[in-house]
Amino acid sequence: MKGDIKLRVSKIEKSFPGVKALDKIDFAVTKGTVHVLCGENGAGKSTLMKIINGIYQPDGGQIFIDEKPVKISNPIQARNLGISMIFQEMNYVPEMTVEENIFLGNLPVNKFGMVDWKKVRRHTEELLKAEGLPYSPTTLLKDLTVSDIQMLEIIKAISYKSDIIIMDEPTSAITLKEVHKLFEKIGQLKARGVSIIYISHKLDEIFQIADDITVFRDGTVVESHPKEELDIETVIALMVGRKLTNTYPKEEIELGEDILKVENFSSQNVYDNINFHVKSGEIVGFAGLMGAGRTEVMRSLFGLDPKSSGVVKIKGKEVNIKNVRQSIENGMVMLSEDRRRYGIIPMRSVKENTTLSYLKKVFYGFFLHSKVENDIVSNMFKRMKVKTPTIETPIASLSGGNQQKVLLAKWMIRNPDILILDEPTRGIDVGAKFEIYKLMTDLAREGKSVIMVSSELPELIGMCDRIYVMAKGNITGEIARKDFSQELIMKYATGNLTISGVK
Amino acid sequence: MQIKGNFWSTFKKRYSIYLVLLALSIVCSFANENFFTANNLTNISRQLAVTTILAFGETMLIIAGMLDLSAGSVLALSGVFGVSAYKATGSIMIAVLVAILTGVICNIINAGMISTFKAPPFIATLAMLTMARGVALLYTKGQNILKLDKLTILGQGSIGIIPIPIIFLVVVGIFTWYILNHTKLGRSLYAVGGNKEAAVASGINVPKVLYTVFIINGVLVGLAGILFMSRVNAGLPNGAVNYEFTALTAAIIGGTSFSGGIGTAGGTLAGAFIVGFLDNIMNLTGVDSYMQQIVRGAIIALAVIYDIYTKNRKTKAMLGKQDDADKTKVVKAS
Ligand SMILES: Nc1ncnc2c1ncn2[C@@H]1O[C@H](COP(=O)(O)OP(=O)(O)OP(=O)(O)O)[C@@H](O)[C@H]1O
Ligand SMILES: [Mg+2]
Repeated sequence: MKGDIKLRVSKIEKSFPGVKALDKIDFAVTKGTVHVLCGENGAGKSTLMKIINGIYQPDGGQIFIDEKPVKISNPIQARNLGISMIFQEMNYVPEMTVEENIFLGNLPVNKFGMVDWKKVRRHTEELLKAEGLPYSPTTLLKDLTVSDIQMLEIIKAISYKSDIIIMDEPTSAITLKEVHKLFEKIGQLKARGVSIIYISHKLDEIFQIADDITVFRDGTVVESHPKEELDIETVIALMVGRKLTNTYPKEEIELGEDILKVENFSSQNVYDNINFHVKSGEIVGFAGLMGAGRTEVMRSLFGLDPKSSGVVKIKGKEVNIKNVRQSIENGMVMLSEDRRRYGIIPMRSVKENTTLSYLKKVFYGFFLHSKVENDIVSNMFKRMKVKTPTIETPIASLSGGNQQKVLLAKWMIRNPDILILDEPTRGIDVGAKFEIYKLMTDLAREGKSVIMVSSELPELIGMCDRIYVMAKGNITGEIARKDFSQELIMKYATGNLTISGVK
Repeated sequence: MQIKGNFWSTFKKRYSIYLVLLALSIVCSFANENFFTANNLTNISRQLAVTTILAFGETMLIIAGMLDLSAGSVLALSGVFGVSAYKATGSIMIAVLVAILTGVICNIINAGMISTFKAPPFIATLAMLTMARGVALLYTKGQNILKLDKLTILGQGSIGIIPIPIIFLVVVGIFTWYILNHTKLGRSLYAVGGNKEAAVASGINVPKVLYTVFIINGVLVGLAGILFMSRVNAGLPNGAVNYEFTALTAAIIGGTSFSGGIGTAGGTLAGAFIVGFLDNIMNLTGVDSYMQQIVRGAIIALAVIYDIYTKNRKTKAMLGKQDDADKTKVVKAS
């Protein structure tokens, strides 16, 4: 029945060493509705969800399902109680196949107690077909893009037929098309009476999908209302505790010479004949659907993957970048889209993670200069408003958004000329997003060049001077700021229009 | 929401191994009056010197996600070559250099198999274990080289009252601490062991790091080789069998994590002494030698379980699982 409370938590508390993550949380989800949680990075959203999913035990408080008190000691128990969860931080094994991943911990066995791989294969194929996903059950996860994997996670969680589905930033890694698909799914689930807890930093999305909205700040519930009683400005104000007037701090900056010029850049079967340039002071965007090849181009450029042919010029000089070190020496750095795999050294401190890009700045003479290191890190953290208990805290215990800021700080201390940002605002709250945009503007003003690969069209449109659009490994369009529109970008991105068609 | 660091939990994490060592020495002192004598302690250290030097090498390797199973064999090979060089030239200096060079060459081959040909460290160094022992036996035709004359000073002599092996032990210990804490190499070792792909993407030259750490390991193994032969006053091609396991035990007990990215020089030193004290007290109190093996094995198992347990706790905590030991009262700072 609609209107019944499906899940309720009362006075939930949780502390970690050095942090009170949740402080007496009260929160309830109605049957057959979407309840959105929002709040800044580190507000405690994921922590509460992990408590509901049995991953953490609360220090105090009680969980009720259908108003009956329950104790959830682990995720398997949670699943038996009808709860499943899509995690914010995807924890996948790169060597695993798609089918193994889907049936992980849930493998069907035949009457001899052996895994029924035929059944696994059949179910996986059906599932992939039903969702229109173009890869095979035996594809290895490491060969998929982050968005593919995210889609898999979503499908997996839905396939458990739970009554409560927790989605912790499900759309941070997928593109518009998949978002639409997900929203359709959510609609169907609601109609079936499933309750959904939905966490996102994308406010426009929140307002499309929410029935109720609860705002978290510093481990407490600030307010909780039906969507109709709120608007975006109010939610932002509740989240950050102040009004943000300007979402995109874009400044018109006099552009200089070409800093980066890429010609005939190709890699077999991945991308073909890529040509682009970035001027000093310019912010250039790369738009496209998932699998368009944007990340791959940037990775080759940065020396992480090989290219097969092409010329790269930095400040007019041809460079032959074969590895990351050479790229860094040429003043070009890149923030990877897959934070876990290519970003963090999980068990090491945020300090070590930051200075890893610039060891010779802190190790010189014969010693580590701790004071220099602490100063560099603290100053950069202050400038970027990184929230961490101490700079000795292992990076894995920071909230997702703060991990991202640390990784950005790692490159900022190099003072690069060219900054490639692959999905830089993924999983980052509005306040922090604003800070990253401001940082980009500051860099542009200093005459640096910024390349932003993003699947969020509004931010590309808000921040860029020019946008290249890619489809199927080719650049299909180049759009100047005055001509920006979502429609035009989408036309190029879907391949319905090519550069020659317009120019 | 920033809080004062929890003093006790960091203290526990950082210093628990030293507390264990302290507790053990107190227990040992009570268990046998001969334990806490200058003579006995010097003896223990002298015996521990060789395997502990190996343990420092293993520590650096494990931190980087590597390991060296060939240490004992390469030690024997280096020692035998070093001893022969001494017999031929009469120069201690040349003997030491030849031993070190041998260790280094074997470890460059190890690094080559692993870094350049992508062999798993376990397999690559297992191959080297067999090969090095084979070369040592082939070269000596299986015969021990006897009468090392003045070369024995390295293993048996003292400067003042301090035995020379202990001086080497201390120097290597400080060197390891220095590498891990005060060099780019040390930082890179932690990064490579912690997340190799992220290290590459941060501009770390991973092959160079791996070659360098294996070369350093080679130096230590070679040095241990000549110390060992000189202490037993013979070149033993069959000597030091399984020494790598004693070394690995010390490293593991000392808190070096086999999943990489974690470990300290001080921890390994403490780990080595914990093992050494236990062996010693079992000898002093007349525990049967077969029994001793069982105890030693049990301790390795305990240490590994502890490592996995704490690591799980940590990964769980990262995923968000309960961390009872660290459940702490928190003070809200304004
Ligand atoms: N395993 C852990 N160990 C220590 N501290 C933790 C751990 N997990 C979370 N925290 C801390 O608890 C607080 C809340 O984190 P949480 O991940 O719930 O934030 P969040 O609201 O999900 O943020 P984001 O939007 O960035 O994902 C943060 O200060 C974080 O550093
Ligand atoms: Mg979160």
